Amino acid sequence: MEKIKTNYSRRSFLKSTLLAGGGLMISFNLLSEFRLSGKTNDINLPDQWNELTGYVKITPDNVVKIICPNPEFGQNVMTSLPMIVAEELDVDWQKVVVEMGPFDNVKYGPQFVGGSNSTRMYWKPLREAGAAARNMLMQAAAQTWNVTVEEITTKGGMLYHQKTGKSAQYGDFASKAAGIPIPKGVKLKKVKDFDVVRHSQKNVEGLNIVTGKPLFGLDYTQNGMLIAMIQHPPAFGMKLKSYDAFQTLKMPGIKDVFSLTLYPEGFEQGGFDTRTFNEFVVVVGNSTWEVMNARKKLEVQWEPVTETKETLSFFGRKREVVIPAGLESSASQYAKMKERAKEPATLLRKDGDPETAFKNAAQIIERTYTAPFLAHNCMEPMNFFAHVTNEKALLVGPLQAPGWIAPTLSKILKMPVEKIEIQMTRMGGGFGLRAYGHYLTEAALISKKAKAPVKLIYTREDDMTYGIYRPTYTMTYRAALDANKNLTAFHVKGGGIPEHCVHENRFPAGAVDNYLAESWEILSNMTVGAFRAPGSNFNAAAEQSFMDELAEAMGKDPIDFRLELLKRAKENPVGKFHDYDADRYAGILKLVKEKSGWNDPVNKKYSRGVSAYFCHNSYVAHVVDMVKKNNQPHVEKVTSAVDCGIVVNPDAAVNMVQGAVVDGIGNAMYGELTVKDGVPEQNNFNRYRIIRLSEAPKKIDVHFVENDIDPTGLGEPPFAPVFGAVANALYKNTGKRFYDQPFAKQL
Amino acid sequence: MAVINLNVNGKKHAVDVDPQTPVLWVLRDHLHLTGTKYGCGIAQCGACTILLNGTAIRSCQFPVSAAADKPITTIEGLSEKGDHPLQKAWLEHDVPQCGYCQAGQIMNAVALLKRNPHPTDEEIEASMNGNLCRCGTYLRIRDAIKTAAKQG
Repeated sequence: MEKIKTNYSRRSFLKSTLLAGGGLMISFNLLSEFRLSGKTNDINLPDQWNELTGYVKITPDNVVKIICPNPEFGQNVMTSLPMIVAEELDVDWQKVVVEMGPFDNVKYGPQFVGGSNSTRMYWKPLREAGAAARNMLMQAAAQTWNVTVEEITTKGGMLYHQKTGKSAQYGDFASKAAGIPIPKGVKLKKVKDFDVVRHSQKNVEGLNIVTGKPLFGLDYTQNGMLIAMIQHPPAFGMKLKSYDAFQTLKMPGIKDVFSLTLYPEGFEQGGFDTRTFNEFVVVVGNSTWEVMNARKKLEVQWEPVTETKETLSFFGRKREVVIPAGLESSASQYAKMKERAKEPATLLRKDGDPETAFKNAAQIIERTYTAPFLAHNCMEPMNFFAHVTNEKALLVGPLQAPGWIAPTLSKILKMPVEKIEIQMTRMGGGFGLRAYGHYLTEAALISKKAKAPVKLIYTREDDMTYGIYRPTYTMTYRAALDANKNLTAFHVKGGGIPEHCVHENRFPAGAVDNYLAESWEILSNMTVGAFRAPGSNFNAAAEQSFMDELAEAMGKDPIDFRLELLKRAKENPVGKFHDYDADRYAGILKLVKEKSGWNDPVNKKYSRGVSAYFCHNSYVAHVVDMVKKNNQPHVEKVTSAVDCGIVVNPDAAVNMVQGAVVDGIGNAMYGELTVKDGVPEQNNFNRYRIIRLSEAPKKIDVHFVENDIDPTGLGEPPFAPVFGAVANALYKNTGKRFYDQPFAKQL
Repeated sequence: MAVINLNVNGKKHAVDVDPQTPVLWVLRDHLHLTGTKYGCGIAQCGACTILLNGTAIRSCQFPVSAAADKPITTIEGLSEKGDHPLQKAWLEHDVPQCGYCQAGQIMNAVALLKRNPHPTDEEIEASMNGNLCRCGTYLRIRDAIKTAAKQG
């Protein structure tokens, strides 16, 4: 079996600590840079819990609890990660209780949701945790029964000694096992013997969700808790000048109005400390409706910002960023990008001699693609609970990466990290936005100033107009063909505001003799951040649309054309490096070709578009089947082929891919955040179009490549290739190529 | 402020609030029934859907004074053990991803099946189109409604 390539250096080891209560835990420190100093305290659990590792707790009456280390935002890790522990622990999954772990990077590792990494980074440590706990139980039984540990077997939470006919439940030996040193290097199960992993298990929070239990940050409450809202500037490029709270303070239920500054001057921002507005007005009161109403009575004066410089420090790499003044508009942004694209750009990669190849070309095909800013629009708007006193801070809410925000909080509150407790609730969506914890820091400062437990709530309008959007992009592709219509050179030049998204080592790099990749960027005072498959979401859209047009110009089938290029990349790769595995890439194309009935005449009734992409360590291809519905193009059916290695929870994985396809269609067709004079033109769902049930396909068939490769992620990889497949199907449906998102606007 | 009598999930409550307060915020802030969600505040996303007199309403835009003394059903009151046919169908199809919009989806579907126990695909689309799901679980929502309709 092929081994998966890891793209980052990973340090994984087991660490055991004797706890005050006599229990034992195993901690995993996967990424040393995320480690916080000295925090080894255990979470408070009832005394009867015998902790076998940081992840497994068993009661004497045989209840097995498994802790989920990573926050849940719909990717279903609360089910799939504990499943991995349960597999090696050898327990009956139906009897397992799952609990979300608190923030503790020492005990639970990186604890971040992003880059489709949850399953990939926890796969090995969680298997080891389960296997170690099982071994400790076996040792405890062997000691008691006075036999060797090798003679002990387990099944479904039971221990057996065949020769003597003895048996016991895990719970019977949990207490004794907790006192046994944690073994290292315990043999793991063979993949073929898995009976929890690779078998569909229902969402462990399903019942809580359909019965409306308080699971989300917005649902959290505490005695004496106040509600806070902030008034941020109405436009990018504006800041607070002054305010008058007289009318607001007269409103019922209002406790306080004040202005706050988030980061002190000269504050060195980490990579996820992005915030749009540093100074804002805060209204604090008893209830949400009272605060909402009172905030409307604020009289606030705003003024234009001047150009500023900010210091960003992304995991140790420092850089200065200029934030320009001015009130930007979408129309002028697109015009600026068009002009900038004509000028020289930064060289990212060059293979062969593309200039000469283009000079000698019989035909040059050049196409330019654009995409707008996108707002994440998580269904649960940003919110966080904070109770900050002089001694400690408690923060509870929806957050993707507590380990990245805790050090910031520590600096802002001037409080050691050990005194800051962060609990992660279930998130009502994240899509990348909740990796930026500005709203958590705001909540903490508000609580400190108000001297009370406070929940900060963003209204939908606050949330949608705050920024941290997917950047707006453009990409120009050029291809050189010789007289025989062979591809001789490929050129990609991409840019964006304020970031570009060219991935120079992605397909078709490695497959074309003469290759050139360049980029440029335009500064802006609009903030941007990770948005489901950051960069890849547009890179895939533009590239896979261009591939389709290129195949047509060459008179080739679009799947066969891609397979030819991948064959070249595999057999005789161009350049030193490309970041995809040509075999796995080709594998999903072949699978989607077969499963979609690509060449079956019965499918001629559809306008079909294909796209395939590799990002975030997984490979996904889609065939989109379009029809006319009410005289408009409509995606009726999608066939997806996915290679993400071992599929931990198959039906949940299908759900994830289906959701990504629907989200992709929605954003490709309708997604757009525009600005006029710095003001977002969409501030709620009446103006920002989200895909609806009638616009979703009737059917999305998902097929996984079966292999035993360690699992990689699924949140992002199926999303990125949707856009190109939709564009290519639209061409077949309307006879017109679509270059500018959102496509529905061009119909 | 005014004292308003409410009948929520078969229980009587008297709340002293601004009569214009949307039912959503009375449920969430005053009665601590947080299953009903805030999504947009302008009746455009459906996350706040509840039943008033058996009809689906958007509670974020519905003043509490207009709901006085009328029977209100929220997700918490739909069934005692989460075994309403729609809840069971939701679990069978493992519909939710993030789960935030699902209470609103279910409550809207309850009203649909009450009016029309065996809706066609087109009728499901027409009724459910006002309930947004950012995770894109629409296919499973449609399937779960059909499953529940079969059992009903």
